[in-house]
Amino acid sequence: MWNWDYAFSILPQILSALKITISATFVGFILALFLGLIFSVLVRSDIKIVSLAVKGIIQFIRNTPLLVQLYFIFYVFPKIGISLKPFTAGVLGLGIHYSTYLSEVFRSGIEAVPAGQWEVAKALNFSHIQAWIKIILPQVIPPIIPVIGNYLITMFKETPLLSAITLVEILQTAKILGAGSFRYLEGFTIVGIIFFLLSYPSSQLIKKLEVRLGAKN
Amino acid sequence: MERLTTYEIFISLIKAGLKVTIQVTFFAAILALVLGFISGLARMSRHRTIRFISGVYIEVFRGTSLLVQLFWIYFALPMMGIRLSALTAGVLAIGLNYGAYCSEVVRSAIQNVPVGQTEACIALNMTKTQRMVKVIIPQAFVMMLPNLGNQLIELLKSTSLVSMITLTDLTYQANILNATTFETTKVYTMLLVIYFIIGLPLSKGVKLLEAKVSEGRV
Repeated sequence: MWNWDYAFSILPQILSALKITISATFVGFILALFLGLIFSVLVRSDIKIVSLAVKGIIQFIRNTPLLVQLYFIFYVFPKIGISLKPFTAGVLGLGIHYSTYLSEVFRSGIEAVPAGQWEVAKALNFSHIQAWIKIILPQVIPPIIPVIGNYLITMFKETPLLSAITLVEILQTAKILGAGSFRYLEGFTIVGIIFFLLSYPSSQLIKKLEVRLGAKN
Repeated sequence: MERLTTYEIFISLIKAGLKVTIQVTFFAAILALVLGFISGLARMSRHRTIRFISGVYIEVFRGTSLLVQLFWIYFALPMMGIRLSALTAGVLAIGLNYGAYCSEVVRSAIQNVPVGQTEACIALNMTKTQRMVKVIIPQAFVMMLPNLGNQLIELLKSTSLVSMITLTDLTYQANILNATTFETTKVYTMLLVIYFIIGLPLSKGVKLLEAKVSEGRV
């Protein structure tokens, strides 16, 4: 049933595809952080239309499947003149999808900062931007780091979806190898083990961090 | 070929794929809820072996990717002599995956029931089972409802993955429709809209539940 020789023979190819998986995770994550922060600031905008529109966009993105969004970006964007490579489209999809989750995290983090902090900033004659950068964000970020870390792991586990838009990451590599040899067991098992070996220790690390941060406050 | 209107695409997608999407969501949600309760309770068992087994289940399914699990069950299991239909494989993979996430919801809600409740049960000479069934779980269940609702929304969205193991759900039908009509923009826009329409009442419901549950509580 399980063939060790075959498993070892495909291992290097799967491992080399891991580069794609990991770089898609990180590029997507950076994009998600960036867009998430923008969304969370825009939702707080004083201009009613802006905050309502952004809320609507976030709702829509959160309530529709990432897979369909990927298809949309990969197949519909070219119709309006934007042809993207699978990697770019995938990273964009991942980044946009998770930015809506992260914006929620940022929002709750921002709301947890006491109003007095804003008043102090005003009293000290800080500009709005200065208040954000020097007073508010430094208090927002540390407590939400574990939550953000968990989203990084979640995104990592979502990257196999990018195989649907022809990106050859680890799952797609295993699938291609399986289709060539009619042996799927080894390839998919290896991919599962790789995901587990990377995500489980990371999540334990985040748990430790959470306890530590909790103890600090 | 005659060009289809947006409305026609909307209708034909719903006709062709909605049933399977709802079917998978429904059965997978029930499986996830049952597994979530069993493994969540087992995680708090007195017996080390039971705790360990449920811990392995939870961490394995949370630590690997849903699509990998789906492919494993559908493509790799047959090599071990277990051949499942696409529907069974889809429901099983999604149910097992979300069951692991639900178990954490169940466990944390039960642990959040105040200790005084347990003490009161002991004082009233209730058995362990009575304590769980009559006092702890009813209170915990109310607390876990919003989180379980959120899991249901995620589960609904994840059913789109079953299109990749040839199950004819909404996403699968959209891919077919796209390939036959080339109305790419309309097809995928309508597909997004349909998922949004199904998901919106769920997420509004969760918001309502959240408000209801926290009502009168500090």
